[in-house]
This record gives sequence, C-alpha cells and structure tokens, in this order.
Amino acid sequence: MRVLRIPLDLSKHKVPQGEVHIIVDRCKGCGYCIEYCPNDVLEVAEEFNAQGYHPPKVKNPENCLNCGLCEVICPDYAIFTIQIGEKEAKLATQK
Amino acid sequence: MKANPKNVLSGVHNLTGGQACVEGALAAGCGFLGYYPMIPALDFVNHFIKRSKETGSKFIQMEDEISALAAVIGVSWTGLKAISITSSSGFSNMMEHLGLGVMLETPSVIVNVQVVGPGDGDSGLPSQGDTMQARWGSHGDYEIIALAPGSVQDMFDYTIKAFSLSERFRTPVLILTDNVIAKRKGKVSIPEASEINIYDRKLYKGPKDKYMPFLPDDELVPPMVNIGDGYRFHVTGLTHNHRGYPIMNEECQELNVHRLVNKIRENTDKITEWVEDGVDSADIVVVTYGLLSNAVKKAVEKARAEGIKTGSLRLVTVWPFPEKRVDNLASRLKGIVVPEINLGQMVFEVERASHGQTNTFFVQCSGEEADDVEMIFGSIKEALTRKKKYDDIIEYTPKSHGA
Amino acid sequence: MEHSIQIEETIDAAETRLSMEKWLRMDRIPHIWCTGCGIGLTVSALVRAFDKLNLDPDQVCIVAGIGCTGRVGGYLRVDSLHVTHGRAIPVATGIKLAKPELTVVVIGGDGDLMSIGGNHFVHAARRNVDITAICVNNFVYAMTGGQVAPTTPSPAFTNTTPYGAYETALNIPSLAESAGARYVARWTALHIRRMSNSMMEAIRKPGLSLVEVVSPCPMYYSRINRLGEHLETMKFYHENSIIKHGEPTENLKIDFQKQIIVGKFVDKPTGS
Repeated sequence: MRVLRIPLDLSKHKVPQGEVHIIVDRCKGCGYCIEYCPNDVLEVAEEFNAQGYHPPKVKNPENCLNCGLCEVICPDYAIFTIQIGEKEAKLATQK
Repeated sequence: MKANPKNVLSGVHNLTGGQACVEGALAAGCGFLGYYPMIPALDFVNHFIKRSKETGSKFIQMEDEISALAAVIGVSWTGLKAISITSSSGFSNMMEHLGLGVMLETPSVIVNVQVVGPGDGDSGLPSQGDTMQARWGSHGDYEIIALAPGSVQDMFDYTIKAFSLSERFRTPVLILTDNVIAKRKGKVSIPEASEINIYDRKLYKGPKDKYMPFLPDDELVPPMVNIGDGYRFHVTGLTHNHRGYPIMNEECQELNVHRLVNKIRENTDKITEWVEDGVDSADIVVVTYGLLSNAVKKAVEKARAEGIKTGSLRLVTVWPFPEKRVDNLASRLKGIVVPEINLGQMVFEVERASHGQTNTFFVQCSGEEADDVEMIFGSIKEALTRKKKYDDIIEYTPKSHGA
Repeated sequence: MEHSIQIEETIDAAETRLSMEKWLRMDRIPHIWCTGCGIGLTVSALVRAFDKLNLDPDQVCIVAGIGCTGRVGGYLRVDSLHVTHGRAIPVATGIKLAKPELTVVVIGGDGDLMSIGGNHFVHAARRNVDITAICVNNFVYAMTGGQVAPTTPSPAFTNTTPYGAYETALNIPSLAESAGARYVARWTALHIRRMSNSMMEAIRKPGLSLVEVVSPCPMYYSRINRLGEHLETMKFYHENSIIKHGEPTENLKIDFQKQIIVGKFVDKPTGS
C-alpha cells in the first residue's frame, strides 16, 4: 500500500530558483550535466558549437533548483547556475 | 654582494679537498644539500652535515641520485642555493635532470667526484673520465659550464665561482673533481666574509600579472622569482615560450632552445677562464685541467731546465672550452701535449680547436704524480721531434704501464 | 524568458563561479583533455577543496609529472612546475623542505606516480613528507596511446597487451599504507563532492596523504576494451562502486569490470 503524505505546511517551504548559464564554446559534449541533473533540466541541443560538439540546452528551466551539480560535474567549466529567486516547494511526485 | 659572515669559516685551515669544497659552498650562501651516499662523496657530505647546525643549512638523503638532483631543482626554485654531490655512476643517473635544470634554467651546483668506469668501476682509483659526459651527457642540444679544481685551495675558490656562475647565468654548473684531491689534506686560506664576492640571481620585481618566466634580459638570462612570492608562474620542461606555457612547434623550439644555447655561447668571454704560463714564447704547450696541474707544473719546469721552450695552459673552466685561444696558439706551436687521467677525452677537443695547425699528443696518466711527471716530460720531448703537421694520424691506443 | 544564456565571458556570476575562476588560468581554457575525462572533474574537485580551505593562492605550489594528468599544473593559477616523468615527488619534497609554509600538492597519473615514480612515492610515504599526492588512475598510460600500466587489471586489453594484461595489478592504497602514508582515500571521478572533501582532509592533514581517483579513459582504455563511451564507463564505475570507509587495504584490488571499493581507508594520527 502506498501512502502519499503531503506536509501540512508545504506552502511555507521555499526552494531556490536557479538559472542555468552555459558557456557554449567550451563544452566538449560529454553529457554528464544532462545525465546527472537531478531535476531533468537539460537536454542535448541540435546545434553544434565551435568545437563541433553538441552542447546542452535547457529543457525545463523552471525545474532548476540551483543545486550546482552540473557546475561541479562539468569537466570543462562550461556550465554554471546562479540563484535568481525563490519559489514554492513542490513534491517530487507532483509535476 | 658579499658573503654572510655566519657561513664563512675565515682563517687558515688544514682541510681535505672535500671539506674545502663544502666550505666554499657555505661561503657562497648554499643552504641545501641533496645527496645519495656514494663512497667518494662521503667526506663532503659528512662535513656539510657537521656544519649545517651553525650555518642553518638543510640537507636530505634521497633514495637515489635521480631524486637527489630533483630535490635540488625544487629547492632552487624557492630561492635557496642548492648543491648535490655525487660520484661517476650517480652522475650518469643525474643526466635527465641535468637537462631539466638547463631547460628550466635553474641555478644549481653538482659536484662529481670522478672514479674510473665504466659501470660500477673502482671507487678507489682517480679518473678524469667524465669530462665528455659532463658536456654531452644529457639528451638534446645544450651548453653547460664545468670547472675542474686542481688543488685543495682551488676546491674552495672554484666552488664559490661555480655558485656565482650558476646564479648569474641561471644554469646548472658542474665541478669535476676526483677522490685524490677530495681526500688530500692541505692548507686552505679562507678570507673574511667581506672579501668574498658572491653573486645572487637577478629577481624580477615588476608587476605581478606581467611576469614572464623566460623573457630574457640583455645577457640572455631571464630574471627569476621564488615559489611563494605571489607571481603564480608556470614553468615546464617541455619546449616553452616566454610565458612558460608548453608550445609544441618548431618556432617555439627555436625561441626556447636557441636562446639557451646562445646564453652560454655568446657569454663565453665572461665564463671561460684559464691560467697561462709562458705560452707566448713556447714551442710546446701542455693543456691540462684538474688533478694533473701539479704534475704538469713540474714537468714543464723540467723541460725548461733542459732548454725546451714549454708553456702550460691550465683550464679553470673545462666547459665551455677556450677554442679561440687554442686556435690562436696552435699556429705558432710545434705541438700540444694533453695529459689526462683517462683514455682520451679532452685531447679530441684540443685537436679540434687547433684545426690541424699543429700536432696534438695525448698522455695517458694515472694520477701518481711522479709517474705522470715522467710521462708528460717524455711526451714533451717526443712532441719536439715530430715535424710540424705529422703526416700520419697520431693514434691514441691505451698503453699498459708494464709496456 | 530565456533561461539558458549563452555567453562567452562570465561577467555576472555566483560566488562559486568567481572563486573557481580565480584558481584557473582562464587564458588556457578549453583544456586538452578528452571529452568526459575524469581529470577535468579532479581539477574541479581540487579547486573547490582549495577554496573551501580558504588557502592563499600565493602559498600553494603544484608539482606535476608527464602525462595527461601532469598537464594539470598548466591550468591552475598557482606557482606550478612541470618536471620530468615520475619525479614530481622528489621535487615537491625539496620545495616543502625549503619552504615549509607552502601547501605542496603533487598531481600525477597512475603511470607517472606509481610506475616510474613508484620508488619515490614509497620513500616519500616512509619519510612522511607533508605533501598531498593525487593519483588519477585510468589503468593505462593515456598520453602515449594507451599502453599497459602497473594498475591495468588482468585480463584487460591495452595497446601493448593485445592478448590481455597478465601482470598483477598494483593495489595503490595497500602500497601507500604499507609504506607509511597517513591518509589514503579512493573515489571515482563522479563522486565529486566526496572527492573534494577527501582532498580537503588530505591537504589539511600533516604528513603524506594520497587520494586516488578512478577515472575513465574514453579514448583508449574504454575503446579497446569495448566499455562504451565516457558516459557508460563513468556510469559503470560509479554504479559499481561501493563505499566502505576503513576497509583493510589488502581487499582493495580493482579487478576488471568488477566492484570498486571506494572511501577513506587510512587516516592515521601523524607522528606515529
């Protein structure tokens, strides 16, 4: 039996809203940021960058929580996030 | 600048050659010794350790000679003068880092107490067998400075000279000696600290973000900085540009290595030193270096007593070799005699520098002074009998002492 | 609203961004390492470790040998020396001895630090020099084209073992512990935050500390052993790694495509 429990004070919790910045020409197309983003914010872009790789592209910008994992995991220092505000918390099971 | 009185053991002392060399290093401001125990080098090392407490200098015994020279290079980049003392087989081990020292332009001094080789050899017999290895040992194109002390007092003076040359030209400098001089006890007069001139490396003092580790000045020597001074430099043993970054193409190789070689070649006049005695009016000149200086002096006196016009040219710096002077002299001479304690090394350089204008005779010496004097004297007399520009090649086959 | 802004220069940035860039030579980025190489992640972790420790960049010195990992020195904006193959540790020993107030970090690959430099590593551990050694282990000599290294597990293929490697692979944490290292940890390149914390602890701890980083080599090791591309190899290492802090080092052998044990294994008090 699966019980869904929603906290009573959900509206009081705020999480950061992040914004993804990509330095396109530095990217070497490894895909770690896309693969390991916990909130599925990124996807592979159709375009090529100057080095001939497919950089990432933001797919779901509202999902970014400024966790910084993409920045830490990029071997080429080509992506980073900054916090641009706060938003209400959502359950992971909610869309 | 002048030496630090704390480091200088002024006065007249009775020291062995090894101890005199270490006193010279300490007087020049050396603060670090990296070594691996080799029998001929132990005198030097023990004396350095004994003196280290008063002078505040550091030492470390590394696991092999390769790491000993690597540690010396690291220390030199922190601003401390550093020395490494080894023997012939250790010297062979150090070749890669000798090249690294030249490429990184690191001031350092390496003392090689030569023994016979090849291979493990015999650490009891003296030798001058590393003369050519000192020049050509490492791979690639480079120039090196090497000095050959001939007496116990020389061990003190030349070590100070070696440090000054290495700091001035930012290059490793070699001291080629042997265990006879190293063990011989003699009188060494060490002047007051205020009378000893030492040279310190030129440090860069400009703005931090504009520092170029390899941008040369007018002597072709780049000013240096120390690690930890905030200049955030990067240096590499790969072919590099002025900024220190590795760039792998032909232009960079020219920019880098041609300057390293020219740094010594164009400044030869400031580096090369020799002592002449009566060469201008001589018929035969004996070119010598290192341990044989005494024997040559006696042989020349003996020859002069017999009426032969002899002169001697004693090399203080073995490398770079004073080609111009030898070429100059050769046209007027009947012969040049080159005694060495090996099977023929410097003689080839003398022969090349004389450009065929006279005959060159090799004397295979053994380090026993009395025997050597006889052999050199005999060779001087033989040189006189040969006609100028002997038609056959004068061959250098090793003679056994029994024959 | 456009959220993915593609810019050439970072002008406005969060604090982490600025503090990262102060440690890197931005005029040399993009670097030479292949797509997905673990060395980029190692440098990222190292820079964050320096930052969290609030180290003065003027007092940090990096000594690196030859190889892909050895190029790290050229990308960090601190005093760095790029010396001969395998001899970074003796140079670092000299530097630390002459100027003990510096933080000296040696970075090398498995071929550089453990093969030609193996002797120097053992003696540095025995001597307990206060340096931190970071060994990026990709099981091959990568820069020269993927030759077998002392850490290549049997029976992996490499360029010089076309029928499979047969020598016993070196167990680096075991070697370090038996030689006397005070701090030994191993992580895969993807354990980026844990690796960064380990590096912080390693740098802070006096004595010889070793952090081994298991990294994919997408160009050589992965290709010739048909392990997929960088992402698959990295995923494999990460998912097949199991964290066991304090595990005895004799159990830490890395077999071919088997489980990799990661964690902090040795953290001895110094001076013992």
